[in-house]
Amino acid sequence: MSRPIRTVALVGNPNAGKSALFNALTGARQKIANYPGVTVERKAGRMALSNGEPVELVDLPGSYSLDPSSPDEAVTRDVILGDQEGQRRPDALVIVVDAANLEQHLVFAQELIALDLPVVVALNMVDLAKRDGLVLDAKALGEALGVPVVETVAVRRRGLDALTDALQRAVNEKHQAPFFAADLDMTERRVSAHAIAQRALVSETRTRRMHRGLDKVLLHPWIGPVILFALLFVVFQAVFAWATPFADGLEAGVGFVSERVAAILPDGLIRDAITEGVLAGVGSVVVFLPQIVILFFFILLMEATGYMARAAFLMDRMMAGVGLSGRSFIPLLSSFACAIPGIMATRSISDPKDRLTTILIAPLMTCSARLPVYAVIIAAFIPARSVGPGIGLQGLVLFALYVAGIVGAMVVALILRRSVAKGAASGFIMELPRYQWPRLSDIALGLWQRAWIFLRRAGTIIFAATVVLWLLLSFPQAEPGESQVDASIAGHIADGLYVVVEPIGFNRDIALALIPAMAAREVAVSSLATTYAVDSGDEEETAMALTDRLSSRWSLPTALAFLAWFVFAPQCLSTIAVAKRETNGWKWPVFMLAYLFALAYIFAGITYWLAVAAGL
Amino acid sequence: MTNGFETRNETLAERPLGSVSRIVAVDWDTLAPEEARRLRALGIDDGATVKLAHRGIFAGRDPLAVEIGRMTIAVRRVHAEAIRVEAVADAGAKLAIGADAAA
Ligand SMILES: Nc1nc2c(ncn2[C@@H]2O[C@H](COP(=O)(O)OP(=O)(O)OP(=O)(O)O)[C@@H](O)[C@H]2O)c(=O)[nH]1
Ligand SMILES: [Mg+2]
Repeated sequence: MSRPIRTVALVGNPNAGKSALFNALTGARQKIANYPGVTVERKAGRMALSNGEPVELVDLPGSYSLDPSSPDEAVTRDVILGDQEGQRRPDALVIVVDAANLEQHLVFAQELIALDLPVVVALNMVDLAKRDGLVLDAKALGEALGVPVVETVAVRRRGLDALTDALQRAVNEKHQAPFFAADLDMTERRVSAHAIAQRALVSETRTRRMHRGLDKVLLHPWIGPVILFALLFVVFQAVFAWATPFADGLEAGVGFVSERVAAILPDGLIRDAITEGVLAGVGSVVVFLPQIVILFFFILLMEATGYMARAAFLMDRMMAGVGLSGRSFIPLLSSFACAIPGIMATRSISDPKDRLTTILIAPLMTCSARLPVYAVIIAAFIPARSVGPGIGLQGLVLFALYVAGIVGAMVVALILRRSVAKGAASGFIMELPRYQWPRLSDIALGLWQRAWIFLRRAGTIIFAATVVLWLLLSFPQAEPGESQVDASIAGHIADGLYVVVEPIGFNRDIALALIPAMAAREVAVSSLATTYAVDSGDEEETAMALTDRLSSRWSLPTALAFLAWFVFAPQCLSTIAVAKRETNGWKWPVFMLAYLFALAYIFAGITYWLAVAAGL
Repeated sequence: MTNGFETRNETLAERPLGSVSRIVAVDWDTLAPEEARRLRALGIDDGATVKLAHRGIFAGRDPLAVEIGRMTIAVRRVHAEAIRVEAVADAGAKLAIGADAAA
């Protein structure tokens, strides 16, 4: 074929199911979740029309009109109007509308149809419309709109063939002038949206709307916050309680492999590299996989059901108190997984100052990379006893560390909003999505993706940083009687940093771990494990669990100071890189680094000295 | 609706929880342009029928959840204060502008 491959864009209101449809049509694995503003970037994939012709399908951020009120909506407008660099103007549109909220979704749909491109409307979520007692006539809707309409259920892959059929006809047949004028305003479109939705409606039975009843409880002014708090509390208890058997199993497995390797391979550098660098180092991070999976299980559940938007509603008051809106809540919540998607998600915030503040505080949310650091220290120093019915002390400390990050973020936001990011108080306007029953397969897939990301990090960045550290620790070789770590290059470098961190209670081993941990926080754990493995006398000691070594070598105040450091320290190169990209320059990432390191230093110091003074 | 009585100029923020109102006017000028645009896009406009469904906790009882059409949307109190409404009997919070035009 001589002409270039055609481009088709998926457009519509937020949360209509565009990304779900994109995944179903292209086999991609874009994030889908039950709240508006999930997709913030365009994403292209390949699909085939029913005659086999390949087309490029572009998933876009949801938008309410072509008149954007936030950066993500601007992307949608630019792509559709052909103003986006590096993206051809789409040859056709698939307008995704929510069948259960047709009247609202038809407002934007009319604006899109008026653009005079070939169009197919995907009447998505017909299953939910049915649940809500709505019977719709797709054909009547098509006649009213003057474009083909296909019923779909994106998440069950229903209606896909009909959709590709209709799309193929739309791009190849002669195009008809649209029914709608381009110069109508929003109010006029809304009037006709109502009329069209009425024409498409066959019958409406008033069903008991499930979400009303749920919202009565979950958004209740007193019960709602209590439930939210209790839920978060359960999450952190579960992270420890449920993970223990799996984590113990993994740890035993790593220890076993390490002993086998020691038995099989001859003495020498290769064996040491494997046992001390790879198994002790990387293995010490991998054992936290169960914790990560449990944390994400809850996050994914909250995202899929629609509870996440309710949490934003409940937290809005607190956010307003520090000059932010509930809109910042979802980016901040994503930052519990990782600050990078969190910072990207700020594109759905319309106010630039609000957005900047959110970017700057996102690294204070406890990302999953901190979990191994926290967990290893907690396991080593906090006794696993219960402090009340069903309340474990370890889970409580973990919860406290998360809260410390949140409180820190709120205080910083308060200061930023009164200084560098000063601006008018911004609002909070958000659609609360309908509740949905989570689909197990989606949750399983999400968990698998997160687990894979974690393991890939362990196999790449953590592995590389740990092996480099092992090399620096192993050369030059120590004289007999001298400690290998003391003699090594890494030891000498750490001696320099040690001078700086000694006042806040850190020992030389911590100084040594902090440098490679700039690459990623988990590297702090693998570095400590490798350092102690290099330092150990025999194989059995090399295979010893990191927690046992830590508890015998560190004082409690040092351990607590180390935890406090990691609440604040911006030890993640990727976060800095993404902050630079999203703020268009080095100014804000440098500011972010400076203030976070300053806070880390101050709070680790305070923690250490308070703990020493308390005689811990 | 003129029924011989003086039109009351209540704002949505003052309405009791669970009440249904019709929007008579919105003071768009008091709102930031993007916020005004977003509210309009969600159907907040003259003639629309809204139900005040939930209110937050603490001082100011902020934010508010408003049912409009088949949606529930969260707004801040400042937005609700810019929305002037009149009381109507609960007719299931329909979008009244369309209904008027269609009638
Ligand atoms: N029941 C049902 N749920 C659906 C359907 N399509 C999508 N969903 C769900 O609706 C939610 C939103 O889907 P997404 O694909 O993320 O929506 P989107 O349009 O990409 O949203 P934004 O990226 O925020 O604009 C998710 O929870 C999906 O699982 C459908 O046909 N039926
Ligand atoms: Mg999406």
